[in-house]
Amino acid sequence: MSIKFPIYLDHNATTPMDERVLEAMMPYFCEKFGNSASRNHAFGWEAEKAVDLAREQVADLIGADAKEIIWTSGSTESNNLAIKGAAYMYGARKGKHIITAEHEHKATLDPCKRLEKEGYEVTYLDPPLDGVITAEMVKDAIREDTVLVSLMWANNEIGTINEIPEIGKLCKDKDIIFHTDATQMVGKLPINVEEAGVDLLSASGHKFYGPKGVGCLYVRRRRPRVRLTAIIDGGGHERGMRSGTINVTGVVGMGAAAALCKAEMSDDAIRLGNLRNKLESTITSQLDGVAINGALDKRIPHTSNISFAWVEGESLMMAIKEIAVSSGSACTSASLEPSYVLKSLGIGDDLAHSSLRFGLGRRTTEEEIEYTAKKVVEGVKKLRDLSPLYEMHLEGIDLSTVEWADH
Amino acid sequence: MAYSEKVVDHYENPRNVGSLDKASDAVGTGVVGAPECGDVMKLQIQVDQATGKITDAKFKTFGCGSAIASSSLATEWVKGKTVDEALGIKNTDIVNELSLPPVKIHCSVLAEDAIRSAIADYKKKHAEAATATA
Repeated sequence: MSIKFPIYLDHNATTPMDERVLEAMMPYFCEKFGNSASRNHAFGWEAEKAVDLAREQVADLIGADAKEIIWTSGSTESNNLAIKGAAYMYGARKGKHIITAEHEHKATLDPCKRLEKEGYEVTYLDPPLDGVITAEMVKDAIREDTVLVSLMWANNEIGTINEIPEIGKLCKDKDIIFHTDATQMVGKLPINVEEAGVDLLSASGHKFYGPKGVGCLYVRRRRPRVRLTAIIDGGGHERGMRSGTINVTGVVGMGAAAALCKAEMSDDAIRLGNLRNKLESTITSQLDGVAINGALDKRIPHTSNISFAWVEGESLMMAIKEIAVSSGSACTSASLEPSYVLKSLGIGDDLAHSSLRFGLGRRTTEEEIEYTAKKVVEGVKKLRDLSPLYEMHLEGIDLSTVEWADH
Repeated sequence: MAYSEKVVDHYENPRNVGSLDKASDAVGTGVVGAPECGDVMKLQIQVDQATGKITDAKFKTFGCGSAIASSSLATEWVKGKTVDEALGIKNTDIVNELSLPPVKIHCSVLAEDAIRSAIADYKKKHAEAATATA
């Protein structure tokens, strides 16, 4: 099979929508266009029926009840609603202390920072080198006034999986609301909110082959019944927690995508895990100075984050320009700081600058992975020939002892 | 972010990659930047001591495509110039030539620093040599 260029290996950023999802959505644009909140006519009922089916499909994927799904515009909104909504609802009664971690997504960190300005206290757990937050770490940070723990299920940059069921049990014992941003986890590996003791869970349609602009927040209704203070006020949609006309087409797509994942994710996970391992073993067998970031055995199967010593990430992306990946290098962002996620692991700024993230997906082929591994090896070799750091390394100079001129 | 054609050209076909003998009297070496900042440039010049002209220049750079292009261009530009003429190369000239966007201006600054640092190293060697013979 021939390879179609460019190759897409950035599935942690977004995924291509599955054609079967588009088919499910199509009737709801022009033909079945009703507002699902219109309770008095057939157009509304038709839309509501579709939204309710989608609710069941998404609930089924995460082991929830359909009534516990609140539609949002995506995980950023879901995280905002979960964190601010729980803090505002329970802060006055229970306390104003929140626990999260340094390598969370900005959509978790920034709501926490806003709450800090409003008088809440936030503990940012410092992840270990392997990136995994354990129940033990959370336990040590819990205080009398801890009201909320918010920790992602799987990390978006390195793919590591936190000890969510263990943390869920701990929070349940301590009567603390537990939110998890499961954006990278949902539809990739089987999860169950009951077994994991999760009270609030964020998910986003476009991360699992659904459309962009739609997501959901799972809000537990029993043991305990979790209530949230809304951040968008209006018509009282979604049990009053998220007003605004429902994005019916988007919701239908997210539901269809969830149903496909439910059916296919086990096979996908095995296939992509094997391809990811092949990518890593091919690269590490041909290059020295390569480090795979994050716990090897506690990762989502389709994600690989690799640092290539003595080579800068953005220039490496140029060397493999027909392959779309992302880098922890500062040069790929507007700021000059390298990835704060990698920095938080303590791997050093130089290796953070030297990292690439490979995100495999449903359409990724073995040929694409073989080609990618080959191009990465060639690119790293080319750039090392150009690298003064590699030259110094070969001369036996310990780079950590060099006094660098600031600029 | 899309790269300018000239950046891509220098990246694909970097000019004057390599190293000169840093122990030689005729060679000045500049190493600027830091790995933690994401770029390190090493630029070397070889000077004809009779004419004061830069006869050869080499570079090695750890950094993004714009950093590699800036240092590659710098080696092209210093060749044939006297050391004092080479000091006249400004980072803004590099920005203009390579059409660098604002976020990449620091790459050009680093390249200018690398030229200055290499020339300073060469001059220091000769100041010492002059002192030694005096």
